[in-house]
Amino acid sequence: MSEHYLLQMKNVTKSYYGTTVLKDINLDLKAGEIHAIVGENGAGKSTLMNILFGMPVIHSTGGYQGEILIEGQPAQITSPQQAMSSGIGMVHQEFMLIPNYSITENIKLNRETLKHSFLSRFFGRNLKTLDFKSMHADARKALDTLDIGIEEYTRVAGLPVGYMQFTEIAREIDKTNIKVLVFDEPTAVLAESEAANLLAAMKKLAARGIAILFITHRLDEVMEIADNITVLRDGRLVATRPKEATSVYELAELMVGRKVEKMTRRTDQVSSGNIVLSIKDLSVRMPGEVVSGLNLEVRRGEILGIGGLAGQGKVGVANGIMGLYPSSGTVLVNGEKLPLNNPRESIKRGLAFLSEDRRGVGLLLDSSIEMNIVISSLQNQGRFIRRFGPFSQLNSKEIRGYALKMIKELDIRCTGPTQIVRRLSGGNQQKVCIARALTLNPDILFVSEPTRGIDVGAKRLVLETLVRLNEQGMTIIMTSSELAELRSVCDRIAIVTGGTVAGILSPDDSDVNFGLLMAGQKAGKELSA
Amino acid sequence: MNIIRNAVHGFGVARLTILGFFLLLCIMAVPLKLDVAELISSSLVRILMWGVLVLAMWPSISCGTGPNFGLSLGIICGLLGGIIAMELELNGFVNLFASIAFAAPFAILVGWGYGWLLNRVKGAEMMLAMFVGWSAVSLMKIGWLMLPFHNPEMAWPQGRGLRVTVSLVNRDMAQLLNQFLSFKLGNIIVPTGLLLFFLVCCLAVWLFMRSKTGVAMTAAGDNPRFAEAAGINVDRHRIIGTILSTVLGAVGILVYAQSFGFYQLYEGPMYMPQQAVAAILIGGASIRKASLANVIIGVILFQGILVVAMPVFNIFTQDMASMAEISRVIIQNGIILYALTQVRGE
Amino acid sequence: MKADTGLETSRKVQIDYWQSVSGFLTNNMVTIMFVALSMAGLYISGMNSTLYINDIISRVSRNSFLVLSLIIPVIAGMGLNFSIVLGAMAAQAAVIFVTHWGVAGFPGILLCVALATPMAMALGYLTGKLFNKTKGQEMISGLIMGFFFAGIYWFIFLQLVGGIIPMDNEVLVLSSGVGIRTTVDLTGGLKYGLDHLYRLPLTTVMIIAGCLGIAYQVYRFVKAAGDSFRNIRFIFGFACMVAVIVWALMIRASGSMVSNIRVPVATWLAIAGLCLFITFFLKTKLGHDMRTVGQDRHVAAVAGIPVDRIRIIAIMMSMVLASWGHIIFLQNMGAFSTYGSHESIGIYAVAAILIGGASVTRATIGQALLGVFLFHTLFIVAPSAGRQLFGDAQVGEYFRVFVAFGVIGVTLAMHAWKRRLQSKLPAVAKAEKE
Repeated sequence: MSEHYLLQMKNVTKSYYGTTVLKDINLDLKAGEIHAIVGENGAGKSTLMNILFGMPVIHSTGGYQGEILIEGQPAQITSPQQAMSSGIGMVHQEFMLIPNYSITENIKLNRETLKHSFLSRFFGRNLKTLDFKSMHADARKALDTLDIGIEEYTRVAGLPVGYMQFTEIAREIDKTNIKVLVFDEPTAVLAESEAANLLAAMKKLAARGIAILFITHRLDEVMEIADNITVLRDGRLVATRPKEATSVYELAELMVGRKVEKMTRRTDQVSSGNIVLSIKDLSVRMPGEVVSGLNLEVRRGEILGIGGLAGQGKVGVANGIMGLYPSSGTVLVNGEKLPLNNPRESIKRGLAFLSEDRRGVGLLLDSSIEMNIVISSLQNQGRFIRRFGPFSQLNSKEIRGYALKMIKELDIRCTGPTQIVRRLSGGNQQKVCIARALTLNPDILFVSEPTRGIDVGAKRLVLETLVRLNEQGMTIIMTSSELAELRSVCDRIAIVTGGTVAGILSPDDSDVNFGLLMAGQKAGKELSA
Repeated sequence: MNIIRNAVHGFGVARLTILGFFLLLCIMAVPLKLDVAELISSSLVRILMWGVLVLAMWPSISCGTGPNFGLSLGIICGLLGGIIAMELELNGFVNLFASIAFAAPFAILVGWGYGWLLNRVKGAEMMLAMFVGWSAVSLMKIGWLMLPFHNPEMAWPQGRGLRVTVSLVNRDMAQLLNQFLSFKLGNIIVPTGLLLFFLVCCLAVWLFMRSKTGVAMTAAGDNPRFAEAAGINVDRHRIIGTILSTVLGAVGILVYAQSFGFYQLYEGPMYMPQQAVAAILIGGASIRKASLANVIIGVILFQGILVVAMPVFNIFTQDMASMAEISRVIIQNGIILYALTQVRGE
Repeated sequence: MKADTGLETSRKVQIDYWQSVSGFLTNNMVTIMFVALSMAGLYISGMNSTLYINDIISRVSRNSFLVLSLIIPVIAGMGLNFSIVLGAMAAQAAVIFVTHWGVAGFPGILLCVALATPMAMALGYLTGKLFNKTKGQEMISGLIMGFFFAGIYWFIFLQLVGGIIPMDNEVLVLSSGVGIRTTVDLTGGLKYGLDHLYRLPLTTVMIIAGCLGIAYQVYRFVKAAGDSFRNIRFIFGFACMVAVIVWALMIRASGSMVSNIRVPVATWLAIAGLCLFITFFLKTKLGHDMRTVGQDRHVAAVAGIPVDRIRIIAIMMSMVLASWGHIIFLQNMGAFSTYGSHESIGIYAVAAILIGGASVTRATIGQALLGVFLFHTLFIVAPSAGRQLFGDAQVGEYFRVFVAFGVIGVTLAMHAWKRRLQSKLPAVAKAEKE
């Protein structure tokens, strides 16, 4: 009965180092079907595609369980090459193009048509020369299939993004045996008209009998072209629906919906608190998380959540205000203007930051715990050093005493204050970061992805610590990809889409509202208007 | 078993090989009835005369510019200071300290410019440092030919230019530090002055590394993005580290030269940085992390091998001098290659 | 937001514009500077033109092959291959043994090539492996690898040959019976083994080259029918070739010493053959893969190109070519310093190609040949120019060494700096997309 399915996945499960990231995924794909896969970040979409494409990251971490059938035959896909030869193609989110090559050369990359040369008869295939004439012809054919009028010998560098994407697609359809084509967030980088072209092309391909897996978070696009829609959440398949049987609202709810566990915390409302941080027209040039013209006000004593999908700019807000990425706009801290692009000034004004990139920005991995805890305060507030005229020396005694105190207070599990931070677990590393931020005695604490890469038990501890600090009067601005986490501790949640605040919701708002704001529905309309 | 494996992994195969080679040489020295006291004495001198030059690698690795392959710049400044002091016909300790005093401003200035340049080429510092060093050496050679020095101890009698080697004997400079307060411990001669000078330098750099600036510099080298986020001016601290390294290079060559008894003006500085780099790497430093222990262990191991190897090789080959040179070249460049292969994944 | 986007665009255009201008300047400034420097040096030194032409011909013919061997690794994205000194050592080893066996002349050269090739391949394989472990640091690894292997080379020829490796040859081996003498003299053996195979007067070569050039221009003219620039290009090319022929005839008629200069035709054919081979090779599948790997390793790997293997092959090819190049170099020199000849080979070859306008990521045959010409012009004139200017030839010699190091340093700095600028660009580009 399964013969007429091109691709089937049966109970596919994957875990990394004991953490299950995908569980029992079932997926059936017919020829000519457009199947959308939607879900939040971290729902498991990319892991699923990595499995399908045989990426090394899967097989270097122990492979996967479950079965993949291609045209009814069980297939073990262990390398991208194998995936390609099985007829699976992928249009990557990041373009796999060589800018200095022509469109033809890119389309025929490593699949060049060759012809004999006078040396190849002696030295074999590698010394055959490229047959550009036939390559150009193939490229032309593939481009014509997509109705793209661009000349095939144009250099890729400098082409509009949309054309680059079409070049990628043309490369896939030029492969003779292509059966399944995966589009990984293809419209994320495209302008609206380009996106429309792309969707039209996808339909055309499907009409030719190619099955399409379409990964996205733009629900309107899903409703426009998909035949079937699968929703993933937390590594599980929540639902598979034919398009006719569902709506944007249902999908939004399915995407987000989960039981929200409220943290026990004080109930007195902070809505009356005065404005402690006011952000006006903030733009931050952080690669992949660009903020453009964002406005936001933060009240004293609240926990403000910043949510949104990856790449929409939520992470850029804190990084911009802390001076880590070039930014412009007006930021008032307690009514005073904050000089931007200057981390030192930000720290001086009582701001502190727990970076989302804990190992990259947050820690000196090869230094001791105590040094990690005191260094910011030492450099910016002159604590923990003794001064001798122009000279200064570390005050080892004070540092040791303080570090021991913090280790005890935050329950950092370690062999002692001189242990190297690299050897700590993720949760304890995060606590070291928190300790450093606390050492600065900040008024406002920015926290980005505080529980990323931390096991479940430690997650709760970290969140509880944040709530406790807030109860002691610290204003906290918490950025997180995990909506549930935000909803469990925040007073208000701002959803950032397209680099601006799409809306501010209460943690008790409905799943549908969250889902729609995140999927850019309202925001999308506002922007295009 | 696991502990051993971890230790081997942490220390590195290349370093273990070198350590094993050193131990082998030492063991072989015993049945060969070599004069152990003599060996130790000359090892001590070689180790200490190289000490400050190797020490110069510490700030440069710590501040994130990698091992200072451009140490020649510091060495040139040191030589210039020494030559100026010679021109003024100073003697003994006055000459030594005057040399350092004359060299320091040059070294600071050159170090600043060099640091500025290294900030522009982050990620390719080592390669650039090498060629900056080499071109500076060839420029220096032109300088020695053109600069108006007249002291007949240094200048060629006819024409212009400085001699290839300038003897320090007549200025009471040769072995000045080596002989200062030196005493015999059994048959071993302890070069007290040299030892003290090296230890004072170590202490000074160690204290600097524990100052606010030193801590900031180490953080800037360890993780520039972290340092930036912690309000540390990364570029500024890289320049400070480079200046310090250059100044130490200048002091180091003067210490080296007084022990050697000559200034080698032309070919000397060309390949010296590589030897100093190799020493600190043998001591356990990596391209991005170093400590005082790395400096001391490294210089002892590397120079120790070279001293002990000579007489041992003498037994096997008639041409021991070249054999010692060959083993130096192989060890020195082998360890640098090894360190380069370890960079990936960081 | 709209205004912001506009701003970003104009900013990017500015950066592009700035980059293209600075790119043009940095790519050509070095060359332009060296043309000026060489001309000035030539003028100041007051050198006899016959002497100069004679010298430059022998220098260009002995160095070009070596410099051309640098092109392939640059195309494969591995930068300037300083490790060609290993190939040079393989060549020296082969030359030493062939000299020992007493095979002279052209057969000796062929034997050298046969011996050096497998050695160079093995060394190239090792170096390639090393480079794959030190991606992004290939150049310094190559440089250090050269130093490291020099130690092993010294060990073999100073300690083993005559001892463990038997060699009974009073001329080559030191009087102690172990170790090769510091200089190996090839006179009566391999000296001019290739150069003197077939020589023609310079003027004859010019006339032949001019005729071939005219034939080529005609061929191109016929083939490029429909190209709007066809006539202009044809006339220009034709005129150049005629000028060369006329010039050659004038030299002959004038009876100047230049007409006595003879050209090592076999060597020049070898160089021309290599140029043709490289041109052809880049159009093959393997050559194209190398270009792809050089452009973007990640994309190449995703497309299924075995990146590491391709990189190893590139280094092996370069190494083998370098060993052949060094054989050509040695047979022209006629004698070499056993323990020092290879040392400066890498750096001088790299300096030459850079002076011709190549960079860490781009190198062409034209740049290599122009670079050899300019660099060695400077080499010839520097000492006498130094004597004229400063009364000391030594100054000129130090200056040319300074130039070699300096030009590499400057190129590396420009490359690193440009790369840093470019690594900042994507952020701007992405900002623009949003």
